[in-house]
Amino acid sequence: MTALLQVEGLKAFYGPSEALHGIGFSLAHGGITTILGANGAGKTTTLRALVGMIRREGKILFDGKPIDKLSTEAIARLGVAHVPEGRGTFTGLSVDENLRIAAYTRSDRAAIKDDMERVFGYFPRLKERINQQAGTLSGGEQQMLAIARALMLRPRLMLLDEPSFGLAPLIVQEIFRIMRLINSEGKVSVLLVEQNAALALGLATEAYVLETGNVVMSGPAAEVKNDEGIRKSYLGY
Amino acid sequence: MEQLLQQIASGLASGAIYACVALALVMIFTATEHLNFAQGEMAMFSTYLCWQLIQFGLGFWTALAIAAGLSFVIGVLIERIILRPLAGASALSVVVVFIGLLAIFHSMAGAIWSHTIKSFPSPFPEVSFAGSGIIGPHQIGMVVVTIAMLSALFAFFRFTTLGLAMRAAAQNPTSARLVGVNVDWMLALGWGLAAAIGAVAGAMVAPVVYLEPNMMSSILLYGFAGALVGGISSPGGAVFGGFMVGVLENLVAYFGNLTEKTFGVYIIGNGEKLSVALIIVITILTLKPAGLFGRVITKRV
Amino acid sequence: MTIQQTTASAAAEAVRELLRGHGAVAMAGAAAGNLVSQTAVTAGPVSPVVTMSAAADGTTPGTHASHGSAPVAPPSGMRVPPAAMAPRAKKRNSLLWPGIVVALAASLVLFGGKGGWISNFQYLQLSLVLVYAIAVLGLNLLTGFNGQISLGHGAFFALGAYTAAVLIDRYNVNYLLTLPVAAILCFVAGYLFGLPALRLEGHYLALATFALATAVPQILKYRHIEGLTGGVQGINLVKPDAPFGLPLSPDQWMYVIVLLMAVLMFWIGRNLLDSRPGRAIVAIRDQPLAAITMGIDTARFKATTFGISAVYVGLAGALHAIIFEYVSPDSFRFDLSVAILVGAVVGGIASLPGALIGGAFVQFIEKYADAATKQFTNLVQLPIELEPWTIYGILLIALIYVMPGGVAGGLATLIAKIKRKRSVS
Repeated sequence: MTALLQVEGLKAFYGPSEALHGIGFSLAHGGITTILGANGAGKTTTLRALVGMIRREGKILFDGKPIDKLSTEAIARLGVAHVPEGRGTFTGLSVDENLRIAAYTRSDRAAIKDDMERVFGYFPRLKERINQQAGTLSGGEQQMLAIARALMLRPRLMLLDEPSFGLAPLIVQEIFRIMRLINSEGKVSVLLVEQNAALALGLATEAYVLETGNVVMSGPAAEVKNDEGIRKSYLGY
Repeated sequence: MEQLLQQIASGLASGAIYACVALALVMIFTATEHLNFAQGEMAMFSTYLCWQLIQFGLGFWTALAIAAGLSFVIGVLIERIILRPLAGASALSVVVVFIGLLAIFHSMAGAIWSHTIKSFPSPFPEVSFAGSGIIGPHQIGMVVVTIAMLSALFAFFRFTTLGLAMRAAAQNPTSARLVGVNVDWMLALGWGLAAAIGAVAGAMVAPVVYLEPNMMSSILLYGFAGALVGGISSPGGAVFGGFMVGVLENLVAYFGNLTEKTFGVYIIGNGEKLSVALIIVITILTLKPAGLFGRVITKRV
Repeated sequence: MTIQQTTASAAAEAVRELLRGHGAVAMAGAAAGNLVSQTAVTAGPVSPVVTMSAAADGTTPGTHASHGSAPVAPPSGMRVPPAAMAPRAKKRNSLLWPGIVVALAASLVLFGGKGGWISNFQYLQLSLVLVYAIAVLGLNLLTGFNGQISLGHGAFFALGAYTAAVLIDRYNVNYLLTLPVAAILCFVAGYLFGLPALRLEGHYLALATFALATAVPQILKYRHIEGLTGGVQGINLVKPDAPFGLPLSPDQWMYVIVLLMAVLMFWIGRNLLDSRPGRAIVAIRDQPLAAITMGIDTARFKATTFGISAVYVGLAGALHAIIFEYVSPDSFRFDLSVAILVGAVVGGIASLPGALIGGAFVQFIEKYADAATKQFTNLVQLPIELEPWTIYGILLIALIYVMPGGVAGGLATLIAKIKRKRSVS
């Protein structure tokens, strides 16, 4: 069986400078893969490159089809939902509008409604705030909204960029618990970028460690987690 | 007293036009942070298109609908062809391009239709009614038509998916792309809509100010003033601001007239119309750059 | 957070570099062989190239990159070939060329008139070129070097022109004495307008100045100053004769005066940019935040630059009134502000010699555009007769795409390319 996401020799650029120097990794159907590394290692860049937010070169196969030439919106339409760093909520729109816009590419009204209910099942708090402006939500709620918005795309792959960033530990736990649910129930594969390695390794099945734009280490999450050497030298805990 | 009411009424009528122009400006600004200095000339050009269609024998409303459609296409094309390649360019580059567009539309209108002043038909019947001493039928028509158009626009942005997508694209282009919205097209649509609004505003005001290539220059300035008063990032505010400066403009002239009559001192009158706009623009920009309803745009550094 | 910090520190480094005199401005002379600023050569503030890369850099939208800072930021600083870092002494040689140009221009008076090669009318044309060049230079200082956009410099042109006209016509002041008065008035007006404008950036400043430009003719017709300004009628003047019984026609004499003024103003402009305050002015354009952290009083510098810029344009206005012998409100409409801006963009927005090209362009358009567009219309058999403004507009837009550094910038890039090729081979 081929992987859902297969990346080879991926390079990414900010203006003229190369930020990723040809990395490769893969993500199995239904799996959760995490990309770890220090600040500036290229984790966020990797996600951005995957969805074409920045200039990139290399081979990116999504479900066997190359997507490295596609535009961001075209990739989103294929079912790749990116929850960017800083959550990217439409702060001026209401919660309801944020979710509706996420289903922009779909025309099946009934299914959208079902999905909305399903999403509210995961995040009941959002339902309570359905008409509130997204900008007035708390950080945790905004992160939930961001994930909920991604789900409205009916994604097959979700890219999560630092979902724990700036949130209280309890909220983070809650979000990771729901992510596990989404992965197992919803058959959504996840590519997770995290600063908090312990947290990420607890959720993921596979792990890659990045350092200054190169993959320096990879393997099953459990192995990485138990390898004290890796932990000490790359993950700092 | 009746005179005062008259002034307020005609202020509301011209305010309706300013509101349209202000809204067109705000639509482009919220999506791109550009102030379209060519907006007025584009509207003027659209009005000429409408006039031409009427000359061809079409009815007023048909002509206006077609002119608005053509303007929409022109707006979309300008965005796609001229402004798209400049995405991310410096403010100066963009301003210069707008000035270039302004010059082109202005001179093309002059070249095609000459600079002589033309009269423009009003679609509203000359009837007299109670209160017609205060407000004329065309003025009422102007207000009704523009308010109808503005309401339709707000409904479009509020309730349709496309409208929602346009708002999303304007607000957070990156996230909009991530949910599959084609942001580039949304910007182009915004330009098209702004141009079409301009066409309606032009056709509504042309019977009053007559048709000539300079017809929109002071209206554009008042449109800017209205947009600034309301807050350049707030469509609702822009509409309100447009009406406000319309009334303000007429009140200034009225009270200027009054002081001259009562005290024999001339301070300000119709001749200082543009200076009033200038003062409004400068005052708002310096004292309350966010306008009455706008958000303060905090710049991330 | 980290990104922001690194940006700021890189920017500060760039400014320090600038202040040490090794930055873009200092390089300029050596690199381009004359006065063209390096920023105009590689990527001036109008260059889409630089700013495009800024847009691609999703991390820092609206930060340093969007101000066209690439030329002074460390990464691109490294890309500048070592030859461009040549010592400043070399720059002194570049005085040679301006000197030759001035000598040639001056000899026009000595021989041109005597030989009957140049008519009085042509002297007037030449003077007008120089007058517009001074105005364009003034806008260049503000927009090109300080990064403030003005669509309203016609207002200061009008102020200068009316100052001269009113003083000469109503108060019988000697025309030469009106120049310093116009300069002072324009400085004050520019400084005052610059003060509120300080808080405005980019498009907003463009809007404020746009409003100013649109309102100018009405202000000039204001009833209470009609006694001075002559209202709609304007003021007629008479061109002064050459003094001391010099054998020069009034047009020739005024050409001399205008030439001297132009030389003086270019010299001042160049020395200003070469000075510490000048480098601060440029630093504010390139790295506004870093400039503040470096202790540059941005507010004062920006307002002062606005004032100085107004002085240039006002002097041009005063000279224009004297040689043109007429002022009226409708000669100072928005078109004039646009013309000055067009001149600046065509010549090259951050270039001193570009101002001369720009001035020539403005005068050329004013004089020949009608004929040229007629010819063009006939040539391509257009069904309608085009107007000069159409050409203006198309040219403006085309320039932004093709030659963002203006004609002078384009030439300098070309020269730099040739030089590089030579040094390689």
